[in-house]
Amino acid sequence: MQMTKIVRTTADLFYPFCLTFGLYVVLHGHLSPGGGFQGGAVMATGIALLLVSRHYADITRYIRKNAMSLCEAVGLLMFIVLGLSGLVLGGSFLQNHLAGSGSWLFGSTVGPGPDPGTLATSGTVALLNLAVGIEVFGGLSIILLYMLSGLEEDTP
Amino acid sequence: MFSFCIRHLPALLIAAPLFTAFVVPLAGRLGSRVRAAWVALGAFATAGIGFALAAKVLGSGPVTYVFGALDHAQTLGAAAAFPIRIMFEVDAFSALMILISSLSSLAITIYSLAAESRQSGLDIFYAMLFLLVAGVLGMVATGDLFNFFVFLEISSLAGAALVAYRIDEGVAVEAGLKYALLSTIGALSVLIAIGILFAQYNALNLAAVASRLQFGTLDKIALVLLAVPLAMKAGAVPMHFWTPDSYAAAPSSVTAFLVVSSQASLYALFRILYTLYGHLLQFSWVTFGWFLIILGVLSAFVGVTMALTQKDVKRLMAYHSVSQTGYMLLGAGVALAVLGNAEALAAFGKTALAGALFHMFNNALYKGLLFLTAGAVFYRTGTRNLDRLGGLGHTMPWTMAFFMIGALAIAGIPPFNGFASKLLIYESVYRLSPFLSILAMVVSILTLASFVKVFHAMFLGPPRAEYAEAREVPRPMLAGMAILAAFVVLIGLLPRPFNDHMIAPAVEALLDRVGYIATILGGS
Repeated sequence: MQMTKIVRTTADLFYPFCLTFGLYVVLHGHLSPGGGFQGGAVMATGIALLLVSRHYADITRYIRKNAMSLCEAVGLLMFIVLGLSGLVLGGSFLQNHLAGSGSWLFGSTVGPGPDPGTLATSGTVALLNLAVGIEVFGGLSIILLYMLSGLEEDTP
Repeated sequence: MFSFCIRHLPALLIAAPLFTAFVVPLAGRLGSRVRAAWVALGAFATAGIGFALAAKVLGSGPVTYVFGALDHAQTLGAAAAFPIRIMFEVDAFSALMILISSLSSLAITIYSLAAESRQSGLDIFYAMLFLLVAGVLGMVATGDLFNFFVFLEISSLAGAALVAYRIDEGVAVEAGLKYALLSTIGALSVLIAIGILFAQYNALNLAAVASRLQFGTLDKIALVLLAVPLAMKAGAVPMHFWTPDSYAAAPSSVTAFLVVSSQASLYALFRILYTLYGHLLQFSWVTFGWFLIILGVLSAFVGVTMALTQKDVKRLMAYHSVSQTGYMLLGAGVALAVLGNAEALAAFGKTALAGALFHMFNNALYKGLLFLTAGAVFYRTGTRNLDRLGGLGHTMPWTMAFFMIGALAIAGIPPFNGFASKLLIYESVYRLSPFLSILAMVVSILTLASFVKVFHAMFLGPPRAEYAEAREVPRPMLAGMAILAAFVVLIGLLPRPFNDHMIAPAVEALLDRVGYIATILGGS
């Protein structure tokens, strides 16, 4: 199924912004509404846009199920490795050993008083969100690819 | 390193199967041998961690583990107004369930390495199998109500995916959908009950809620919303209709673990009845105890009578698991009915509960074994229809031997493990009501009759021409069955050490409500 040029061009233009916004939601999970799951879902919406605007076969040349299932596996693996890193470097499983450690990796300390915080103060939370984001992006994209793979048969 | 692992055992118990599950798709890209090796490694690691944790708990008392804390051993203390930490509390009853799950998961994974090797989509199969294991282990180890809900969902979703794994002209998909739908309804009901409790007591921690429980109207509603779906997940009779479909459609190795997953729901039911509500309004507990007893008798009797008429061997066995669940509910119900009466509790209540818990352990072993033998027969013949099977004893002697062990154990014939636990249940239930005990024995006789029929239909008779090609199943499948069969015989011959060192502490832990609360909140 291929939609009109207007829809296709809009989808093409919108796609990178969709991914960027999704990534923004993922990384700011500890500061604003949203987080890994929501951001990953926003990113997968970009895939959905491309899928409905073009031929299924055209899209799957660039977006492969294989790569998406790799995304899924890598995201899940990243989560569990972060959990285990808390066990090894901190006191318990999933312990936030980066927060306030002064490390360059989201380790900035938060000052006293009312403070909205910054991106760099989250510790492992941002990384966990990222892991969930990658996983959800891969997983939802696979679901979309499988569900919309039936579309091409409906239209000549 | 060693002491580090020992300290973090409860976290590793969940982390190991999850890690295995998540790496399986990556290992699968390197080839089927790498995947098989990784899966075997994961199974041994998970079971080893489970055994170590159970040994630690049975040796030196309950273990708590706080996730995400600077000090994993730091529990709440009496002064904690907001017990918000996510924590595991593993007492002797949880340890018993962890032993069951570890042992079954090990045997089942070894078995499925050979049994499923001809199927496609194995990456997902093993990932889901380990997720199911992680879900079940989490359900029995957690000390937090919401956490329990999450693990219940994990095990339900993984279970539904596994039931639908073998796409068998839509039959398996339908069974999987049914399982998923009923599990979701059940889980939603559990979630609403947890919400009710949270709204009233500002806590999700099981011990904290238990210490604050008032048993008002809302709590009674929450009790019903918790007890009914968990009884459904355990396969008790008015809500048993999903078991034959799901158990028959799933691959046999998965069915064997679905039995354990049902028992994890039963664990949760007992935990909620004894630990969360236990001491409150002991006079009215007589009624709730009788609710369990009636559910148990119904399950035992209806399950076995439905099983008698089945032609599909796995449907037949599925109805038998409903029937066996009845024994556990009966035993636990008798103990619950006399919970307020210290004299009766000491005289026969504890024995009844010990029988129920022992039967959970034994049932997972022999029921798993039976499902695995049914899978072995299906592996070689491609059919589960008893009318079309026959004469397999000539070509599959080991499978026949394992089936005999399982069948005699489920019928409660000495010297197999089913006898030990059933005797405890008969003796103690007789003290409450002789009628119930006699009914339980009748069910046992019917079970024997049913399995004599199955044995005759599958293994006896002259060799059939259409199964002339049938040989003994591959070694890993035999090894998986042998692990379970060995324990069936071992426990049957030496029930006392198992009873004294595993079951008795579990009974004490389940009845010791104050102790469970004090482990988290400190002496109150």
